[in-house]
Amino acid sequence: MSIAVPGLAPEVPLALPTPVERSLPNGLAVILVHRPGVPLAEVRLSIPAAHADIAVADLLAAALFSGTEQSTMTQIAQRLQGVGGSLGSGADPDRIAVSGNCLTGGLPELLDVLGEILTAADYPEGPFSVERSRMIDGLSVAEQQPEFQVSRALDARLWGDHPYGHQQPTAEEVAAVEREAVRALHAARLHPAGARLIIVGDIDPDAAWAAVEKSLTSWEGAGEPRTMEPLPRLAPGPIVLAARPGSVQSAIRLACPAVERTHPDNAAQHLANLVYGGYFTSRLVMNLRESKGYGYSPRSRVDHSPAGSVQLTSVDVATEVTAPAFAEIVAELRGMAENPPDEAELDLARRYALGSVKLATATQAGIANYTSALAAAGLPLSWLAEHSERLRAVTPADIKRVATERLNPDGAVTVILGDGDQITGPLTEIAEIEVR
Amino acid sequence: MTVATIPAPAFAIETFRLENGLRVVLAPDPGAPVVGVAVVYDVGMRSEPEGRTGFAHLFEHMMFQGSHNVGKAEHMRHVQSAGGSFNGSTHIDYTDYFNLLPANGLELALFLEADRMRGPAITAENLENQVSVVKEEIRVNVLNRPYGGFPWLKLPPVMFDTFPNAHDGYGSFGDLEAATVEDAQAFFDAYYPASNAVLSVAGDFELEAARVLVERHFGDVEARPAPVHPSFEEADLTRERRESYVDERATLPAVAMAWRTPDPVTEMADFLPYVVLGELLTDGDASRLAERLVHRDRTATAVAAHATFMAEPFASRGPTALLIQAFMPPTGDADTVMAGVGEELARVAEGVDEAELGRVKARVAAQLLRSDDSVLGRARRLATAQVFHGDARYATRFTTLLGEVTAESVARAAAAMTPNRRAVIEVVPGGNQ
Repeated sequence: MSIAVPGLAPEVPLALPTPVERSLPNGLAVILVHRPGVPLAEVRLSIPAAHADIAVADLLAAALFSGTEQSTMTQIAQRLQGVGGSLGSGADPDRIAVSGNCLTGGLPELLDVLGEILTAADYPEGPFSVERSRMIDGLSVAEQQPEFQVSRALDARLWGDHPYGHQQPTAEEVAAVEREAVRALHAARLHPAGARLIIVGDIDPDAAWAAVEKSLTSWEGAGEPRTMEPLPRLAPGPIVLAARPGSVQSAIRLACPAVERTHPDNAAQHLANLVYGGYFTSRLVMNLRESKGYGYSPRSRVDHSPAGSVQLTSVDVATEVTAPAFAEIVAELRGMAENPPDEAELDLARRYALGSVKLATATQAGIANYTSALAAAGLPLSWLAEHSERLRAVTPADIKRVATERLNPDGAVTVILGDGDQITGPLTEIAEIEVR
Repeated sequence: MTVATIPAPAFAIETFRLENGLRVVLAPDPGAPVVGVAVVYDVGMRSEPEGRTGFAHLFEHMMFQGSHNVGKAEHMRHVQSAGGSFNGSTHIDYTDYFNLLPANGLELALFLEADRMRGPAITAENLENQVSVVKEEIRVNVLNRPYGGFPWLKLPPVMFDTFPNAHDGYGSFGDLEAATVEDAQAFFDAYYPASNAVLSVAGDFELEAARVLVERHFGDVEARPAPVHPSFEEADLTRERRESYVDERATLPAVAMAWRTPDPVTEMADFLPYVVLGELLTDGDASRLAERLVHRDRTATAVAAHATFMAEPFASRGPTALLIQAFMPPTGDADTVMAGVGEELARVAEGVDEAELGRVKARVAAQLLRSDDSVLGRARRLATAQVFHGDARYATRFTTLLGEVTAESVARAAAAMTPNRRAVIEVVPGGNQ
């Protein structure tokens, strides 16, 4: 007996909270979002840091909570822990970011700790040297991870001398950083002007604003803003083969050009990426995983960064099927223009995209992350509603057009990390390769 | 701030049982227009047959390969075309299947879960395909990376003697390749009756409407008896056990040690102090072991402790353990680290300051609340509370119960962690330098 698959109930509209936007006299932009649910507050702070030395910025982030002129590292950690909170920091080529969360009632205390750190972090020599050693040790482990290794090789191949071409420092670069360099970077770049603070949760925006004013008004300083130059165009060429002797898998990474979120083709690009490899029901996953069993999680995504966008295919496969898997990736990519999706295939991706926006904004942490990512591109949270409408208007002809223009293997950059002894021969038979 | 002042999230929890034995948990919350649907089966890696290591996980994959009214890959297609996401996960003591969808997809998710509860479509072709996929998953997560499976796959064979507790739950390639369609059918027959499962729904829905839909889709799933869950009990260690292995991709020495704890379910009051102790030892820079080993002695570069092998103290049965792991600098020495751990445990055993205990509890509470931020996380937690503690409402009480843990009981737990009861696994960095 066969039972019909039930249809969907009427669609529930996307419900986005309305952020409250304010700014302090010192230039700090503040976005407050009341999102009831669990009694927590999510905090995201982003400080522009284009052209900061990446090793110094990474160490600044690692040692940011190591002590201030008034408090030891332990005292800072205890104050955060006491309100169920934690704060972490990280750096990338564009910014230094602090993120964390705490029990709602502890938000004033967490902001107070944040204010003390921003105005008085001292990077004491002892804790600083511990963090430097830990980072060097951590890099030695990371450098054994295929994901880290292939990302480093791909960034270098894609972006060359642009700051995005070198996003992870080497152990030698970290070892050369002294405390004074970190203190100098803090003084030169950790300024409220241009920085953005986002607080999302079961908060009263007025009370949260009062806490922000109390704790962060005294954060001062200004400097020449540095802007990140746009990413260079992709320069197609032979496949770069990065050696990882003895690797039981190959990490295949293939990058195609992509447009930024504000480009008229962005909605079509979003859906084209889904159809190709952006979700489980995509062509790439159905072929490489469910039909061939080559890989566990073949996938494709569009990365939007302040300096530009790129579409990235990531497939990890058993060493012995590296060449056939690569051939399938190329065929699927070519198929997007030669055999574009019909209305049904497109509509499936569209419904997934529309639902994904609802899922991603259904939590406090999700709203905080989305608000932060969009704000980095100068877009408000309500952009998601406009984007949803644009997704509804995309046609198969649009997909064929953006696929022809950009999802083209001849315009792609490919890096494969794997056991050179085993994969060089088979790959040479189907593509031009360059061993690095 | 004390734990007593932390407001509990307010959402209703309704539980009932269908005639076929399926236990149902409904937790409506109109906060966001999404719904989380989870089905937890009370079977995990410990129950897989000898000679079939990794079978519980392989079977989880087979549950996505189609069922009576759903073709291969159609489960994913249906959920994603409703704008939803899906996954499954295999644990030591349970296996769960879960979906997060826009609220209008509730009935679809219930239909899909009910259809495969009647039995997945297991063919030799699908089985062969998924054995390949699982092998790639193991290559990604264990074989091709440094510290793969450390310590959760590496410690149990040191600590335990019997197959259920000691074997590799990800499975050997040989065992996976030997799996047959008949094995899969037998596993389904034994462990996947409705009476051995909990269905949990949280999010934006009307209680009565959801109850009708649950009855409609699951009501006629065949009634079959639930399996008898055997005891996996083993004697505690009386002498230290210690082993090491070379990890060719590791660059830093590492060590993990574990001590048996009271049973997380049947001896919960005695178990909870270990949960608090783990946080007190390693959560954040104010923790005992981070302060001592990482920042003062510099004998470790990172430390972590957690109760139960997969860090899920409220979704585990005994026998289980409290684990402490440390990564060391290249010249580090496991004995020095273990001596430091021993001294810090002895200090805790002498007594714990109430202020320190209060801070640790606040952090534990916040972390538990954060797992309720998503309705899917909530649905999964409610379901495992029903499976392991007999009542989904227990999930909302864990914060309170942890808040009631006393300084004396934490000190007693630390005092019980003596070297003679310890199982230790060391990672020796390999020649890949």
